[in-house]
Amino acid sequence: MKLSSGTVRLIIPAASLVLLLAAVFYMQPRAMSYTGLNLLFNLAVPIALATIAQMLIMSVNDLDLSMGTFVSFCACVTATFLQTSPGLGILILLGAIAAYAVIGVVIHIRDLPSIVVTLGMSFVWGGLAVLILPSPGGTAPGWARWVMTAKPPLVPVAIVASILIAAVTHYIVMRSSFGVLMRGVGGNDRSVERAGWSVIGIRAATYALAGFFAILAGIALVGLTTSADANIALRYTLLSIAGVILGGGQFVGGKVSPIGAVIGALTLTLAGSFLSFMRISPDWQIGAQGAILIVVLALRLALNRLEKREKSQ
Amino acid sequence: MTLHRFLMAKPWIWSFAATIIVWIVTVLFTGGASSFGLSQAALTFAAFSVVVGIGQMFVITLGPGNIDLSVPATMTLSGTLALKLMDVQDGMIVVGLVASIGIGLIIGLGNYVLIKALRIPPIIATLSMSFIVQSVAIWSNRGLRIKPPETLASFATSGLFGIPNVALVALILSVLAWVLLEKSIYGRWISAIGQSTFAARMAGIPVDGTRLVTYMLCAVLASVCGYLLASFSGGAALNMGSEYLLMSIAVVVIGGTAVAGGNSNIPGIWGASLFMFLVVSMLNTYGFGAGFRLILTGLIIIAVILLAGGRQSLR
Repeated sequence: MKLSSGTVRLIIPAASLVLLLAAVFYMQPRAMSYTGLNLLFNLAVPIALATIAQMLIMSVNDLDLSMGTFVSFCACVTATFLQTSPGLGILILLGAIAAYAVIGVVIHIRDLPSIVVTLGMSFVWGGLAVLILPSPGGTAPGWARWVMTAKPPLVPVAIVASILIAAVTHYIVMRSSFGVLMRGVGGNDRSVERAGWSVIGIRAATYALAGFFAILAGIALVGLTTSADANIALRYTLLSIAGVILGGGQFVGGKVSPIGAVIGALTLTLAGSFLSFMRISPDWQIGAQGAILIVVLALRLALNRLEKREKSQ
Repeated sequence: MTLHRFLMAKPWIWSFAATIIVWIVTVLFTGGASSFGLSQAALTFAAFSVVVGIGQMFVITLGPGNIDLSVPATMTLSGTLALKLMDVQDGMIVVGLVASIGIGLIIGLGNYVLIKALRIPPIIATLSMSFIVQSVAIWSNRGLRIKPPETLASFATSGLFGIPNVALVALILSVLAWVLLEKSIYGRWISAIGQSTFAARMAGIPVDGTRLVTYMLCAVLASVCGYLLASFSGGAALNMGSEYLLMSIAVVVIGGTAVAGGNSNIPGIWGASLFMFLVVSMLNTYGFGAGFRLILTGLIIIAVILLAGGRQSLR
């Protein structure tokens, strides 16, 4: 059987997810139910969306250090404007998408390091979020709450949403012609440009799309937590980068995998639950997450070496 | 155009010019009453940013992709463990300092082992490392907040001839770093690696050894900073390092160090650190809220990088 390199890259993340899930079920058989699964994966939905957004940015060789504050900002807008005056809320969010597109273009035109520009933007988004919600509060719009607490038959909503996110983004990134161009810019933007495409346009669209998914992450988060806070999603910057890498994505070269990114986000979320089932004291949970990240990356290195050895034979 | 060339060759002049302008604007508002206190506070708080900023600068000089995200966790762990070890005894001050340097060495070594052995990009390696370090800090920080030894606390909060002691320490460290960077073979090596790792390897530079030393140096500076900060603020807190992640990167970039690596600049870090503190206190004096302060800080970082990027493309 001949496997494509894309499939091979998905094996490790998928296997680690299955392994973790099996361990959780073994330790806590009651988790093996509709409610149990929903509880395990509920918080994975916004993380998965943020991871997809980070993956889009990474596919054009950039990195977004403002992801966490931006999702927090979107959550604040969702819990306030989008709930009280939807028209204004939608306008603000559209403006945020436009801002993302502009950032993508500016980074390209002036050849700036994306890390620093998004670092600056993280202060801006954080400031805006504090202005909107100086203290935790706000209310989730009814529809967001309804979507996130829906009870579809057989499969819990968290799983349905994850599969849906993976399928839609897989289509956009891996199957559509826009996705090919986007990854092409990450691989070699000069050759894309010489082929007659506008790299600026592609980058603007990629950033805008990333902004869109980050907004969805904010809405999903508020749908789950029912209220917002300016610091609600600060962890997402690092979680989203870790999720992409865990899912087989790479920092440069346009090598990304949307399905892997969603699996990576699920794995990171599950790692938290797994550790609490292990009765590991909460002190060590963050550390164990770091350790899991290292182990998965070590496994991937081993697999890559194996693959290379087979090729050279 | 000698003046023009002089300005181009000394990118740190901009950050100092901006610092002086912001200082004057702030002092004008208060009618000159606060100029001494403001300068002292600025020197004290800038000193902490300078110490972590120098470490981060060495790492960033190594070239694209090199960055140390474990700085805040390292600061927290070193501050926590050092205070615990010293246990309010004046006799243990040196032991505490040695311990915190040791912690830095271990974390730096761990970072580079991950980068090299697992071929993980530095961002992810130092991030995973910081998760683990943070956990150790949480675990060891249990219980009551331990105060620093009396002598150490008074050293960290007082000054000599009106200059805060921590600023003097930062100054000594900066001079050492400047000598290391400009006058030693090691400094030439890291610049060469930052400009082209491949060429550096071809030229026979021990690339791996140099990078290892750089990551260890960065972690040691972060842990010394954590030691000083914990002594200054009367105890270690778990979130004490958190703002220094962005700060350490921001001061390096605003200070005129090339983000793409290979070209670094120590005076600029001082200018940028003073500038970052003074901007916040200026906005405070003028009565801006936290939200506006953050937004303006962000816009200033972006404006500086836009201007700095433009200077580079002119060459």
